[in-house]
Amino acid sequence: MSTVAIDKAGPSRKVKYGSMSRDRAWALRWSYFFLVLFAIFFLTPPVYMLITSLKSSAEISAATNPWWVFHPTLSNYVELLSSNQFLRFFWNSSIVSIVVVIITMVISIPAAFALARMKFWGSATLATGVFLTYLIPDSLLFIPLFKMLGVVQDYTGITLLNRWYVLLFIYPTLTVPFCTWIMIGYFASVPKELDEAALIDGASWLQTLTRIFIPVALPGLIAATIFAFTVSWAQFLYPLVFTTSVDQLVLPVGITTTLIKGDVFNWGQIMTGALLGAAPPLIIYAFLMDYYIAGLTAGATKG
Amino acid sequence: MADVALRKVVKRYDDVEAVRGIDLDIADHEFIVLVGPSGCGKSTTLRMIAGLEDISDGDIMIGGDVVNDVPPKDRDIAMVFQNYALYPHMTVAENMSFGLRLKHYPKAEIKARVTEAARLLDITDLIDRKPKQLSGGQRQRVAMGRAIVRNPKVFLFDEPLSNLDAKLRVQMRIEIKKVHQKVRTTTVYVTHDQVEAMTLADRVVVMNKGRIEQIGTPNELYHKPATRFVAGFIGSPAMNFIPCRLEDVGGTLQIRLTDRIAFPLPPARAARYNALPRTDKLLLGLRPEHLTESHAHLEPGVETFETVLDVTEPMGMETLVYFGLDGTPVCGRVNPNAGAKDGAPMRLAMDLNNMHLLNEETGVVL
Repeated sequence: MSTVAIDKAGPSRKVKYGSMSRDRAWALRWSYFFLVLFAIFFLTPPVYMLITSLKSSAEISAATNPWWVFHPTLSNYVELLSSNQFLRFFWNSSIVSIVVVIITMVISIPAAFALARMKFWGSATLATGVFLTYLIPDSLLFIPLFKMLGVVQDYTGITLLNRWYVLLFIYPTLTVPFCTWIMIGYFASVPKELDEAALIDGASWLQTLTRIFIPVALPGLIAATIFAFTVSWAQFLYPLVFTTSVDQLVLPVGITTTLIKGDVFNWGQIMTGALLGAAPPLIIYAFLMDYYIAGLTAGATKG
Repeated sequence: MADVALRKVVKRYDDVEAVRGIDLDIADHEFIVLVGPSGCGKSTTLRMIAGLEDISDGDIMIGGDVVNDVPPKDRDIAMVFQNYALYPHMTVAENMSFGLRLKHYPKAEIKARVTEAARLLDITDLIDRKPKQLSGGQRQRVAMGRAIVRNPKVFLFDEPLSNLDAKLRVQMRIEIKKVHQKVRTTTVYVTHDQVEAMTLADRVVVMNKGRIEQIGTPNELYHKPATRFVAGFIGSPAMNFIPCRLEDVGGTLQIRLTDRIAFPLPPARAARYNALPRTDKLLLGLRPEHLTESHAHLEPGVETFETVLDVTEPMGMETLVYFGLDGTPVCGRVNPNAGAKDGAPMRLAMDLNNMHLLNEETGVVL
């Protein structure tokens, strides 16, 4: 019976194989078409920024081809990088983002572990609640938050408003819920037997978290870290609202407020600042992405 | 090493009673297998012994101490899981030594124990590999190694061979038996595979619907099942259950299977069943190996009858024959050279010396 089946399947399989490879070829063509389309769409702005950043103010305002640099100059870069103000923004942004990432991880990892693994009364509701807080947009929150911090400032006498470190309290309201949510998913995907084995082996909950869950769910942790860093680095509304003095500003707000004077746009420096500002997240992506993908694929197959 | 005792242990999930008050005494060094269909409460029972599930009622004792509220890590037990549950980011050696490292054992002792366990399980060459570089059988050995190095009071196995292919399962079954013979640790082993239960256990605990149906040695369960469930669960192919009734014919007790087929009971059986009311609905329980081809020299108590076979299954060393008796499907085991053919008539012999008689309503073996 089996030989008959093989004989019958022979020619039809050939036809199928042919059509499959044709389907595949078309699928590839379409994917390349859309990939190229997306690449053009997303790469045009940074390329335009790069071109503009290499031009002098005179060339930018001249009526020449905006897509070509006739007299390339690094003067914008030199000026910005030798400006204490710009370096101050950079420093503020870096310290805020790094500390926020640390605060976020310190809160989110144990929270996610508890919500994913330690079944307690209301844990499922709480997990959903965590996610719901993320859905409230910051444009809705900034006024109440401002009011709250004002009250705290009045009560304690500690200056919070118009200080860069106030952002350390504000940003986690954005990063913690989402990072917790991501990591609940990762922790939940770890087989239940793994923590049971660890419990039997004599590990406490904390040891189970640090020695089993964190290493096993590392791709999730990295995803959350990237997210927290990117959100903190690129956040605009909160620093615009909560900080005003020039020495307290972070990069996105600093560039727009100091390089736009009235209706005079210093385009060359704005583009240069934006490009320099985009560099740290890019470097972090490039550095962590290999690890991130390696971790993802390692967990993808059984075992 | 220690004995384990369960006293009226109950597990309730909301309204459902998964384990309904079981009593079980497991002696030191004993290899006990809990067996039953899925949902019978065997895994829950094991997990309660491990401390991974709270018990709703009753007591669990390990080494004479009640451990109801003792966390798993303080029960001095080790568990092997169905899906191995190896720590994927650790090497084999790290996996095996994890428990010892948590307890801050001296490094030299950890190394000695891991080396010894690896030697015992024949995984010395794999000691520096990660779990993903191992085959299923090797992973299961590592999981056992992780249990052995701890030198616990009790080993708990939760369907450890279910993820392996059939051939490897047989091999690992023998390995587990060998390991137990060497380390002699009290073992509780859960499986749904009755062959595993029969081959591994000192005593088998057959569970059904949250209760213990019968506890006994593999031979006791096979030859003296207490209930229809046990009789049908243990043994493959399963025991035949043929509706029958008792009749008195000319002073001898006989068993009637169909209008056409009735046999006098052997004297020992007749004496045993004589007191039964003749009106009871009964089942004749007969294992397939007691339904064989007929031949010239039959022992007393072996009766022959003619039937038409529906299907035959040649297994090599034997041929399984299937036929119907008044609509009840029956399976017999005949010699492969006995000439059994699909759809052909055949004379079969029924060994009533090995029969069981069951009450059809209660399922009790009489």
